[in-house]
Amino acid sequence: MIVADEEIDRRLILATQNGLPLVSRPYHQIGEQLGMGAEEVMARLSNMLERGLIRRIGAVPNHYAIGYTANGMSVWDVPDEGIDELGTRIGGLDFVTHCYHRPRKLPQWPYNLFAMVHGGSRTEVLAKVSEIAALLGGHCRAHDVLFSTQILKKTGLRIV
Amino acid sequence: MRETTVLDALDRAIIDGLQGDFPIAERPYAEAAHKLGTTEEVLIARLQNMLEVRILTRFGPMFQIERMGGAFVLAAMCVPGTDWDRVLGIVNALPEVAHNYRRESLRHLQGEPTSDNSADLNMWFVLATETPDGIGVAVAAIEAASGLPVFPFPKLKEYFVEMKLEVLG
Repeated sequence: MIVADEEIDRRLILATQNGLPLVSRPYHQIGEQLGMGAEEVMARLSNMLERGLIRRIGAVPNHYAIGYTANGMSVWDVPDEGIDELGTRIGGLDFVTHCYHRPRKLPQWPYNLFAMVHGGSRTEVLAKVSEIAALLGGHCRAHDVLFSTQILKKTGLRIV
Repeated sequence: MRETTVLDALDRAIIDGLQGDFPIAERPYAEAAHKLGTTEEVLIARLQNMLEVRILTRFGPMFQIERMGGAFVLAAMCVPGTDWDRVLGIVNALPEVAHNYRRESLRHLQGEPTSDNSADLNMWFVLATETPDGIGVAVAAIEAASGLPVFPFPKLKEYFVEMKLEVLG
């Protein structure tokens, strides 16, 4: 039976989305599990990295456990023209982990630039938000920070 | 989950140094261990331990599943406190809801009156569906069941996504 490339990649994702085996030759173990050679597993994973299907391979720390007990979603109202340049600069700050242009929802929601900021305390997050405000200067018409006060559900993004 | 955990220098080096670029090679742990100045056995044992005590949530590839044809959209709702539990039950029951956070505006937390509308968007979740069409279906399902509007915030442009954070302190 011929199995499409996409289906093989899907099986690889299913086999590794919970983590790599903690054994000396993890790619060999995955290959045995899926009935393919380790060379093919490695070639396919490299290919998925190149295509951006895999962002990176490594450790995913629990932010709370490594000290980041506060996270603030800072939101900004900046002119649509020029937002790409501003977004790229904000995204380049080392304390910003996600930065997106998203639609406004007028009149309720005037903000179009979202930047997630992590820190050891709300005070620290707010100091970083001030740095963003300074960087945006007169381009910022309004802003807010929404702190997460409770995790209501966290299942992770995965295929089933 | 332990709130505070004592990490030694090697744990920190592993967390800070191994959030990306894990080798795709015959013995990747041995290669990574060499760079960190330790051995394959020690690195595997440390990773195992940090996963067990939940300092690490995972070790492996981080997929961008959108590239497989799926869709992810951030969405938010204004949920009144008196209706919180009912709406939370409806939203969390949907398998399409991946993450859900209660968020409160700084102004709200500082006790200012919530005349500002943004203070009222207090439930923020990510919808993950196999196809882009699934997002609209999920939004409509939540609106119908809850009787409240759902505001989707699809990303128009991504400037940066990198969840690499160094150990604090």
